[in-house]
Amino acid sequence: MLDAIRSVGRRVIDGVWRLGTSFRFFILTVLHSWICVRRPQLVLKEIFSSGVLSFIIIVVSGLFVGMVLGLQGYETLQTYGSEEALGVLVALSLVRELGPVVAALLFASRAGSAITAEIGLMGATEQIAAMEMMAVDPIARVVAPRFWGGVISMPLLAALFSAMGIFGGYLVGVVLIGVDEGSFWSQMQAAVDFRGDIVNGVIKSLVFGVAVTVIALFEGYNAPPTAEGVSRATTRTVVTSSLTILALDFVLTAFMFRGV
Amino acid sequence: MERTTLDLWVGLFVLAGLGALVFLALKVGNVGSFDTGKTYAVTAHFDNIGGLKVRAPVKSAGVVVGRVGEIDFDTKRYEAKVVLDINSAYKFPTDTSASIMTSGLLGEQYVGLEAGADEKMLAPGDTLKITQGAVVLENLIGQFLYGKAGDSKSSAPTR
Repeated sequence: MLDAIRSVGRRVIDGVWRLGTSFRFFILTVLHSWICVRRPQLVLKEIFSSGVLSFIIIVVSGLFVGMVLGLQGYETLQTYGSEEALGVLVALSLVRELGPVVAALLFASRAGSAITAEIGLMGATEQIAAMEMMAVDPIARVVAPRFWGGVISMPLLAALFSAMGIFGGYLVGVVLIGVDEGSFWSQMQAAVDFRGDIVNGVIKSLVFGVAVTVIALFEGYNAPPTAEGVSRATTRTVVTSSLTILALDFVLTAFMFRGV
Repeated sequence: MERTTLDLWVGLFVLAGLGALVFLALKVGNVGSFDTGKTYAVTAHFDNIGGLKVRAPVKSAGVVVGRVGEIDFDTKRYEAKVVLDINSAYKFPTDTSASIMTSGLLGEQYVGLEAGADEKMLAPGDTLKITQGAVVLENLIGQFLYGKAGDSKSSAPTR
């Protein structure tokens, strides 16, 4: 009994501890970012590994999510005789919620886990210790470029996801089912607000990008230098960042879309 | 600086992402169709605005000529004070009337402007004198029911 209470307490304290350390880690990363301006090649390489390599999965999933939205939305809207509003439904749900959130979840499992495993293995094989020996700051050389690579890639991926999703909804709704093309686009344009919907979606994906990359980098950097430690850190990255994305999404939505 | 294929891929990726953003902004969000135009503000008081929202369209003859700028409650007149931002390209006479209407049966509410016959045009900051508030469904049903009751009473003796 006493042990159970103790373990709960230990977990809570450990969680708060990690939160504080990861925040300090985040500040440290931002402070060490000047190298990214001096050597942009480093950031480019990270945009390639986290952004370009996630391109295919984002585009394909976006297309399918949009197509499913088109089918399901049509089924429901048809009962109210307002299938012209299909464009509004697909565009608003993608731009406001599904685009940033699903793209961030995919990004966490595709790029976040890769970052953690890479840095964790660097720690396990003592590459990071070797850098410190050579007076190369590992935060600046290893962590900061990956951070900025992820932060730059994430909004672009979310925008791609939304655009592909809307295209998928168009394919199913207009081409396949035969909703009127004119009203599909014009109702969408009338309902989607640039500042209120699209810019807020981009802000969301930026926040998610920061959260996912910081969690992935932190877990990788602090992974125990064993095979088991790296595997655990990778799992933790995916679980923690998925939960963080969903929780942050609720908070951001509550702030952004509280009626008019 | 040495160029690598990696740069090419990153460039293509960034282009695709920015292209998606532009697509969202232009084709989906329709940015710049109205917001960039210059507007002038006109005030109108309504006894009831129903479900009118900020940024709802202001239409005249069905054409969107502006947006609802702000909605406030006037504590002196106990009426709703609505500021209409009308596109500077459209001028209206000073005796223009404003009414709150609903597009379709369950659609959104908008402000309809009916141009008057005055030769003087509205200046920024002017107030619309003739207004018609939103129709409240409950009042309508109430009137209908009272009208029905009155009808049956008056028609009963003749039978």
